[in-house]
Amino acid sequence: MLTLRLYFAQRLTALIMAPLTLGHLAVMIYAVQGGLSVAEILARTQGSVAWFLFYGGFVVAVAVHAAIGLRVVVSEWLGVRGIALSVFSLVVLATLLLLGGRAVWAVTFAGGGL
Amino acid sequence: MDKTEAFLDVSIWREQNGDGHFETYQVPRRANQTILDVVAWVQQQADPTLSYRFACRVGMCGSCAMMVNGAPRWTCRTHVLKVAEGASLEIAPLRNLPVIKDLVVDMDPFFDKWVAADAVFAPSQTRDDPMAPITPDDTMRIAADDAIECINCAVCYAACDVVAANPDYLGPAALNRSWSLVNDSRDAGQAERLQAVSAVGGCHNCHSQQGCAKFCPNELNPTLSISGLKRATAKSLLRWGR
Repeated sequence: MLTLRLYFAQRLTALIMAPLTLGHLAVMIYAVQGGLSVAEILARTQGSVAWFLFYGGFVVAVAVHAAIGLRVVVSEWLGVRGIALSVFSLVVLATLLLLGGRAVWAVTFAGGGL
Repeated sequence: MDKTEAFLDVSIWREQNGDGHFETYQVPRRANQTILDVVAWVQQQADPTLSYRFACRVGMCGSCAMMVNGAPRWTCRTHVLKVAEGASLEIAPLRNLPVIKDLVVDMDPFFDKWVAADAVFAPSQTRDDPMAPITPDDTMRIAADDAIECINCAVCYAACDVVAANPDYLGPAALNRSWSLVNDSRDAGQAERLQAVSAVGGCHNCHSQQGCAKFCPNELNPTLSISGLKRATAKSLLRWGR
């Protein structure tokens, strides 16, 4: 179920997510404290490679981390094994990448606001 | 337990050909009585068809482990006074292993996993070579010391919820033995061993819940050994570059 490579990928993505989560919290507090409007926030994120990499990296790390974590839960609690388990993990990975990626793209390079 | 009770109400799991149920026996109380004493009394005085396993009776051989009031115990060294709830005892075969009959479980899956974990010494020298000098303060020797007193009783295997949820998982005892060999500087099979404990049912499935450490009668901590294996395999992954 969990091999060395999956274990390593989950630990590595946890390492990546820890500072990104703190950064995200700091940004949220800054935005709320400063009373930034949607337009002001988008003005900062649109076209920004830095914000794209920050939240894009976050989405990739979350998708990998959560897919592996849910793989373990589904396997241990529901007895899913083999190809079904791999398909489940890949579907979770793809769904999270799609949902998160779409959101990041919308606030960085999609243009024209939301 | 109320010391004035003259008898214990003992429920013992009886099973033959896959059909099992609890049966109750009245067992006289004795001073310093162990769970194994209780089971032996039932077999000798009440029902000679009761099957159970024991050998040394002094906590060395690892044969007599059973579930006592829901927890895995080495029954020869477990006093009734310490585990009985009131005057009642429930004695069942070890969890996570198939039952052969009554309190006797099939230990094959347990020991097959020792082999699967490559928990077997691979000599690097022959009998003609001189003795390998290993000092007591050697770091690897100290790490092995923490894992080496296992008596193969399978109490940890029965306590482990990951084994219960994932039948492929190698389990705490096999991985603990692998860790003691990883710390054996005379061993020549380290790369193969690290690959064996990194496979589908390997050490990375451990949730570090420490049920094994809580119930190990020799107070070992297999979770600590497994975390050592996780570190060693992660380092080897960086070395292999795969």
